[in-house]
Amino acid sequence: MRELDEVAERAKLLRQDVLAMAVHAGGAHVSPAYSIIDLLAVLYGRHLRVTAETANDPDRDRLVLSKGHGCAALYAILAQEGFLDRAELKTFCSIGSSLGGHPDVNKVNGVEASTGSLGHGFAMAVGMALAAKLKKSDSSVVAILGDGECQEGSIWESAMAATQLELDNLVVIVDANGLQGMGDVEEINRLEPFADKWRSFGWTVREIDGHDLGAIDDAISEGYATTDGPFAIIARTTKGKGVSFMEGQAIWHYRLPNDEEMRQACDELGLEDIAAVLP
Amino acid sequence: MRNAFIAELTELAEDPRLMALLADNGIIVYDDYLKRRPNQLINLGIAESNLIGVAAGLASCGFVPVIYSIIPFLVMRPFEFVRDDIAYQNLNVKLVGIGAGFAYSSLGPTHHGTEDVSLLGCLPNMTVLSPSDPLETRKAARAAYEHDGPVYLRIGTGRNPVVNESDYNFELGKGIELRPGTEVTLISTGTILSEVLRAAEELEKQRVSARVINIHTLKPLDRELVSQAARETGAILTIEEHSTTGGLASLVASALMELGEGSTRFAALGLRDRFCESYGPIEDLRRALGLTAEDICASALALLNARSANVTSPLLSV
Repeated sequence: MRELDEVAERAKLLRQDVLAMAVHAGGAHVSPAYSIIDLLAVLYGRHLRVTAETANDPDRDRLVLSKGHGCAALYAILAQEGFLDRAELKTFCSIGSSLGGHPDVNKVNGVEASTGSLGHGFAMAVGMALAAKLKKSDSSVVAILGDGECQEGSIWESAMAATQLELDNLVVIVDANGLQGMGDVEEINRLEPFADKWRSFGWTVREIDGHDLGAIDDAISEGYATTDGPFAIIARTTKGKGVSFMEGQAIWHYRLPNDEEMRQACDELGLEDIAAVLP
Repeated sequence: MRNAFIAELTELAEDPRLMALLADNGIIVYDDYLKRRPNQLINLGIAESNLIGVAAGLASCGFVPVIYSIIPFLVMRPFEFVRDDIAYQNLNVKLVGIGAGFAYSSLGPTHHGTEDVSLLGCLPNMTVLSPSDPLETRKAARAAYEHDGPVYLRIGTGRNPVVNESDYNFELGKGIELRPGTEVTLISTGTILSEVLRAAEELEKQRVSARVINIHTLKPLDRELVSQAARETGAILTIEEHSTTGGLASLVASALMELGEGSTRFAALGLRDRFCESYGPIEDLRRALGLTAEDICASALALLNARSANVTSPLLSV
């Protein structure tokens, strides 16, 4: 288990990697990846009982990235944790690469489900948590959802199923960055009172600052420990977190910085030269 | 057919990996199964998208989910989940669609299974089975379970037509010649084969030798058997209780073209760009849509009387 200081350092490196991957790919979902990096860093650094060596162990913990478009962050951390070769990161979204714009379970070691279409990963995570219960395995399942994704009806089908099935081995983390493809979630198809929605479906809910590593850590610990049904963490995050001009701006959902913006981004990420990150 | 499937499922569930999943369809018919396999059945309620995703999750952890529901709610409603979660991930999930064709006759098009073959037949990794009677349903269910990968099995309801009178060898992907013949081949699938066999008998009375082929596996199609029939009889009539677009008609026709049998005289009976909007017993629906033994017989005769490959008669444009 890593100390939170080290987790913070590694999260910083992940942000550098994701931007460098986007440059190699010629574009990517950078800001939806940035809002989940701190969540992933805490999960892999301190909670998920899975390593590169146990990636196929039936009793491993499973992370399902239901918001599959955030996969650049997932690939970066899988490389950082040794599930994949770091050299692969620069092949992101190119011919012959296993690292596509959405994650593929049959191509990438450490990816648990092929996602990309919203509202699918959560249901698959429910199935995995149910499988663990049926097999009396102590495996836990964590699903990361987008808040915009929660406009999908299937999310609420799965939310019902998880409580009905008493899946206390399931933790959902909603990356509540408040933005979706075309603007503010609340203006387009509002979710609030969001925590109450989950509670009314029978979930135990914690709302946290999704970039406060200590708060993330505490909430995940509580989610793992609970024996009272499924546990939802609404992580209030900032889309594009780490690069000021991307933060909270819908336009950066899928966009690559120009030269001047890139200089500023590198500056804020503590980088001299983006080309040196994944040479 | 439904009971035959569940009887076979009960035996297959000796394998502890088998997990039967329901979307709240199956009261009474699953009672006996539930008594014998109480820990291998979960009713996930009326929420089919979640159902498909949960099945995918279970399969990725080593279970073999067998999902049972009425065809439109199993195939059309959560189609994208079937496509992404099961077919694309290539997971070992069995989809069992009840109510093939107009089996739920009076319940109307919302409950008919008339486009499912088109939809699932175009999915990579998916195998599509369409048995004709209770005996074949049991064999198809077993073959589906023993096949490692996604399978769609479409079956009728409580009706029990008999197409296969004695035991026989069922092989995935291999069509069956139910009746020899030299002048025309009737190719069909599913419960309507009982009408097709009656049509072949009637044709024999009229001194026309009609071959009958049962395509119980729609994907992969037994192209060899189909092209052999084209070579040997020169005329093919397909009959299905399904849309001809993407159904048996499309599958057979494209196979014939690709295999150089494009000059075969060909006609297709089925739903042509329409829903089945009548109510009543299935016999009445088949009559209304030109799918009775008499209609099949008349279409075969019209096909034989046509001088070239491209003649259509009103009977062929159901």
